[in-house]
Amino acid sequence: MTAVVTGIGVAAPTGLGVEEFWAGTLKGASAIGPITRFDASGYPVGLAGEISGFDAAAQIPGRLLPQTDRVTQLALAATGWGLADADVDPARFGEFDMGVVTAGSIGGFEFGQRELQALWRDGPEHVSVYQSFAWFYAVNTGQISIRHGMRGPTGVLVTEQAGGLDALAQARRRVRAGTGLVVSGGMEAPLCPWGVAAHVRNGGLSRSRDRDRAFLPFDADAGGHVIGEGGAMLIVEDAGRARERGAPHVYGEIAGYCATFDPPGGTRLAEAITGALDDAGVDPSGIGAVFADASGVPSLDLVEADAIRRVFGKRSTPVPVTAPKTMFGRLSSGGGPVDVAAALLALRDGVVPPTVNVGDLAPGCELDLVREARPVPLSAALVIARGHHGFNSALVVRSAA
Amino acid sequence: MSAFTLEDLKAVMRSAAGEDESLNLDGDILGVDFAALGYDSLALMEAASRLQRDLGVELPEEEVADAATPAAFLTLVNDRLAEAGTAR
Amino acid sequence: MDRRVVITGIGVVAPGDPGTKAFWQRIVEGRTATRTVSTFDPAPYRSRVAAECDFDPVREGLSPQEARRMDRAAQLLVVSAREALADSGLPDAAHDPGRVGVSVGSAVGCTMKLDEEYNVLSDGGRTWVVDPEYAVPHLYDYVVPSSLAAEVAWAAGAEGPATVVSAGCTSGIDAVGYACDLIEEGSADVMVAGAGDAPLSPITFACFDAIKATSNRNDTPESALRPFHRTRNGFVLGEGAAVMILEEYGHARRRGAQIYAHIDGFACRSNAYHMTALRPDGREMAAAITAALGRAGLAPDAVDYVNAHGTGTKQNDRHETRAFKRALGEHAHRVPVSSIKAVTGHSLGGIGSIEIAACALALTHGVVPPTANLDDPDPELDLDYVPLTAREKRLDAVLTVGSGFGGFQSAMVLTRRGAR
Repeated sequence: MTAVVTGIGVAAPTGLGVEEFWAGTLKGASAIGPITRFDASGYPVGLAGEISGFDAAAQIPGRLLPQTDRVTQLALAATGWGLADADVDPARFGEFDMGVVTAGSIGGFEFGQRELQALWRDGPEHVSVYQSFAWFYAVNTGQISIRHGMRGPTGVLVTEQAGGLDALAQARRRVRAGTGLVVSGGMEAPLCPWGVAAHVRNGGLSRSRDRDRAFLPFDADAGGHVIGEGGAMLIVEDAGRARERGAPHVYGEIAGYCATFDPPGGTRLAEAITGALDDAGVDPSGIGAVFADASGVPSLDLVEADAIRRVFGKRSTPVPVTAPKTMFGRLSSGGGPVDVAAALLALRDGVVPPTVNVGDLAPGCELDLVREARPVPLSAALVIARGHHGFNSALVVRSAA
Repeated sequence: MSAFTLEDLKAVMRSAAGEDESLNLDGDILGVDFAALGYDSLALMEAASRLQRDLGVELPEEEVADAATPAAFLTLVNDRLAEAGTAR
Repeated sequence: MDRRVVITGIGVVAPGDPGTKAFWQRIVEGRTATRTVSTFDPAPYRSRVAAECDFDPVREGLSPQEARRMDRAAQLLVVSAREALADSGLPDAAHDPGRVGVSVGSAVGCTMKLDEEYNVLSDGGRTWVVDPEYAVPHLYDYVVPSSLAAEVAWAAGAEGPATVVSAGCTSGIDAVGYACDLIEEGSADVMVAGAGDAPLSPITFACFDAIKATSNRNDTPESALRPFHRTRNGFVLGEGAAVMILEEYGHARRRGAQIYAHIDGFACRSNAYHMTALRPDGREMAAAITAALGRAGLAPDAVDYVNAHGTGTKQNDRHETRAFKRALGEHAHRVPVSSIKAVTGHSLGGIGSIEIAACALALTHGVVPPTANLDDPDPELDLDYVPLTAREKRLDAVLTVGSGFGGFQSAMVLTRRGAR
């Protein structure tokens, strides 16, 4: 059975909804800017990829507002857009025929911060009844399944930035095992004081205040990354059933996937990439573009560039590599699904979106980096996502037959 | 101390549980079950918790759970307010 | 070729003394581990009871650095993982680390550290913009719970697929189910799989206080959690972890490994109804049970024991009883059903794996652990809940279920000799 993506719901700093996101991405319009969601003037970092213009009240029922964090509001909105894009009528699916598998890294973190403050400043009786489920990592899967009556298999995976790809692979497993439709992806909203503080402490964040020089993966001047909020929710269906119901789009197939874990001091990233290609039955010459993890931390960039070279080095022409996340930052579990959305749209339109701001490549990172939207005939693309601590995931999408 | 009114209750329900077309607080709702108005037990617990803090009265959880309608809820709160007033 | 999954090693840190042996003895004897909270002053809380592990990380073999780095959930998991690895004999067998994966369940990750760190960074909640300068170096590892899978992977030397499954209170079953999927599809030959949570911190008590889900029987903590009891009034928070070594059957056979049990079926469904409430008819849990039995190729009457979720809340025990009747039909009245939670408390995401371990041990020993504290069964609930006393019984197939916030319902079927 073939799992295909029939709907895309994106909520990214560069655009809300698939077409706005894609148009902005192809133009290379960066959405990285000063943090405005709270007063970060005392923090050693000042930039992020924020989503502006998202009106939660216009997107989801009012009764859900008091009980949800921003991350869930974004996830519910993106799911709604994805289902509309796929033209899904839930009533036409069987009782347990639709499922939800999401990735998340921090749950409803700002909601959690508010309730922690209520607890420590005011006392336990000030903690909201909604805290028990607005904060936890499973919140988006639960709320999406409830809102759309999806009673089939569910799942919630956490592997930081790699998690979004792991979720899509799990969605494919569920579809292959017979579930008709799975909503899958990842979403994050870390831009509250407590969330940014955790990233600051972790290192890896760029200290630059120059929005065009802060996040420069593979660049000789790379000095860390910028974080952002957002993600994507994709509608995954069995190809045959999608055709039968007359799905308006079949963006492409989730053709291959592999995950590995790095040993201390070493890496298994190349094995993850090779595994995903083997799983897809595509050889390196069949990949039209690589959507890189693009850490921006020099040592991690080197590891990734080396893995890409090891897998693709024997090609007659170098593989085009891109990192649209240079426009909006690293989205943790939301990052992989946004890259998969971009890869599917690249397949559709035959154009690879650009990496912005990167100048001279660092020694060892000499990749064919796509710096302006590049028309390329392509039928398959690779997405790489690496989670903090050594989680590697690689996923291949392919044009539907 | 002034009595706790239906309008007060509506205000706290709206802030505790949100507001949309599936929740209807218009018309003669005094005797209508909260469930029929679209409010679940969590919404009532959240409303009760906010009222306990804002009004400084204790609303025992069993009595909150038993207050199935706005009328019953108003009685519960006003009885407690009266008790608190007498005690003072 | 059909790839099947077996359990070849078990490690448990449950309330009471650590270790699988201590855990099994305790649940068979029905000796409850619930007591007044000792880790912080519970006076301001509605519920002041917890099931605590008598666990000292250094005494259990963690280095001082590991103990400092890890949240308690990670400590419980790593100690469990090391016990499971040693029990399986796997470290002595040659294997490719790339074929060993990790799947760790946790509902609330590193809550204790998050609670503690937030308090410091916000100066007791006085400031909204917290000060990162006061944070411990590992704060981000506590924020993103995939650190739990990383710790277990390092402990096991695993380099295959690794993940955290965080599906609330079904995490412990779902993580093991996910691991089974990976072995069956060929992505790994060995999975270090299990779950752990250490949620006994103020924020957890406060959020369950708010929804009155926990028992406030503070004067009799040892009998506070009363599954299926006439006077049950909520669950008791617990902590704990269980990790199991899962192997592809042929892989285990070739190296002559002991086999506790086969995992023959897993399924999960969602009630798509409410984040905390359960649809009274138990339809989705029943659907998960039916699907798990179907995957195992077993008829309902093949089930010899049901390990219930049995949290001792009014709604759960009623919901579950209906689900068992719906899925198992008349057989629901004949099969013993018990909950170990009166003993272990409810460790959120951890408990599902602890209960899988209990099922594997029940199959091995031919003993059904009892439902402790059940001295006055709820007349409305009419199944055989194995009150108070363990029962010897030949067990070939057992079922364990879980139910959690978000509407998640999961079921898993384990057998002694393999049903598929």
